[in-house]
Amino acid sequence: MFSFQVGSLLNIALILGTVLGAAALLIWVERRLLGFFNDRLGPNRVGPFGILQSVADVIKLITKEDWIPPFADKLPFVVAPIILPIVMLLSFAMIPFAPGVGIIDMNIGLLFVMAMAGLAAYSAMLGGLASNNKFALLGGLRAAGQMISYEVFLGISLLGVVILSDSFSLRGIVEAQSDGWYVFPQFIGFMVFMVAALAESHRWPFDLPEGEAEIISGFNTEYSGMKFGLFFVGEYIGMLFMACLIPVLFFGGWHAPFGLEFGNEIISGLFWMAAKTSVFIGFFVLVRAALARPRYDQLMSYGWLVMLPLSLLNLLITGAIVLMQGS
Amino acid sequence: MNIDLFPLILYGGIVIAAIIGLLVASYLLGQKRTDHASQDVYESGVLPVGSPNIKISVPFYLTAILFIIFDLEAVFLFAWAISIREAGWVGFIEVFIFIAILVAGLIYLWRSGALEWRTTRQMDDRQSIKGEGGVVNIKRLGDKTSETPVKGSH
Repeated sequence: MFSFQVGSLLNIALILGTVLGAAALLIWVERRLLGFFNDRLGPNRVGPFGILQSVADVIKLITKEDWIPPFADKLPFVVAPIILPIVMLLSFAMIPFAPGVGIIDMNIGLLFVMAMAGLAAYSAMLGGLASNNKFALLGGLRAAGQMISYEVFLGISLLGVVILSDSFSLRGIVEAQSDGWYVFPQFIGFMVFMVAALAESHRWPFDLPEGEAEIISGFNTEYSGMKFGLFFVGEYIGMLFMACLIPVLFFGGWHAPFGLEFGNEIISGLFWMAAKTSVFIGFFVLVRAALARPRYDQLMSYGWLVMLPLSLLNLLITGAIVLMQGS
Repeated sequence: MNIDLFPLILYGGIVIAAIIGLLVASYLLGQKRTDHASQDVYESGVLPVGSPNIKISVPFYLTAILFIIFDLEAVFLFAWAISIREAGWVGFIEVFIFIAILVAGLIYLWRSGALEWRTTRQMDDRQSIKGEGGVVNIKRLGDKTSETPVKGSH
């Protein structure tokens, strides 16, 4: 009955549809959850429980003016918002959702994901530079400095997982976790990656590139209509991607905890993958509601002086233990 | 290992077409009007002051240089991590020396102030905050440095 195969047309259509739908739903989920955290209701008017709020927002954004300011550099101004959602959606091609469900199974999956995360920095940088607005320039600079700093140990923190599984393929990493999740031997790596992932997708509390209390809206100050919408939805797709990547790398992907598998292995795998992703989405929203934004110099010295040495130490210790066990 | 790249190319094509399609749809459907302030730079509602070509603080440039050094380091570490079992203890000792040199570089950068975002004046102010009798910025008080600050309790 179910004959899923990685890379089939059905898979591509279903995954793209699910990711776009989930990203739209995520905007509503976050606003609604933040509402509850702040002791208010959140959007609850459009559709049941306000679930169609994102649809209404998209219709509104599409019918807004496609405005390019006369003082902006036209080409980079238009290209910048396109980059972010495209690279974030392309990263999803590597995610193994369940046995047989995925777009492509590459042996360099992790490197591809890292490359796409690096390209995402161009979006905020070009957007800030092309706007010819002082606040946008400051936001673009902050985005560039923050993203390249945290990208250094975003990669290094994952090397422990690569050493343990002996593979760059995300599907291989999940399969290697069938007898134990990597969050236990790689707890330091997991914590460092979590912080780096928040900073890379400039989610709260690392939203200094946008810092609305200081620099209006940062790099997207001059953007409006659908171009702003693309920045916005790109950020949510990025958050969804990180919430999918963390279970894949550290929490066993589609493997069920405590042997709680049921029925078909694909259905069970998709259920557990979705459950783990939801937990991390909830965590990201909770972090946004709970933590305040650090100062920029605190952010930089924290990254370079705490997180980078910690991830290098984690790498060396993991390597030494693996070699000791091997010999 | 041969990988059929067709699904990735197809998926990439659909994604790029969908995103550009959204922008084109917005261009075709959006309203088109110009108000008297549409042409202005947005600066919280006031008229823009000065040019956006401002001087950029040096640490941003230093950060970019540091990024090149340490991200190249990460590239070498990626190659080691995938081949750790083949490289064995010899490879581990080499990587240990490699990381040690880079960490020494990081410590040098930190001690020489390359990772410092505050100006010297701000550093001085911070150091003089710990005055006698609690938190008081002695420098800001000018020449009254010898006086103990007034306490509110008595």
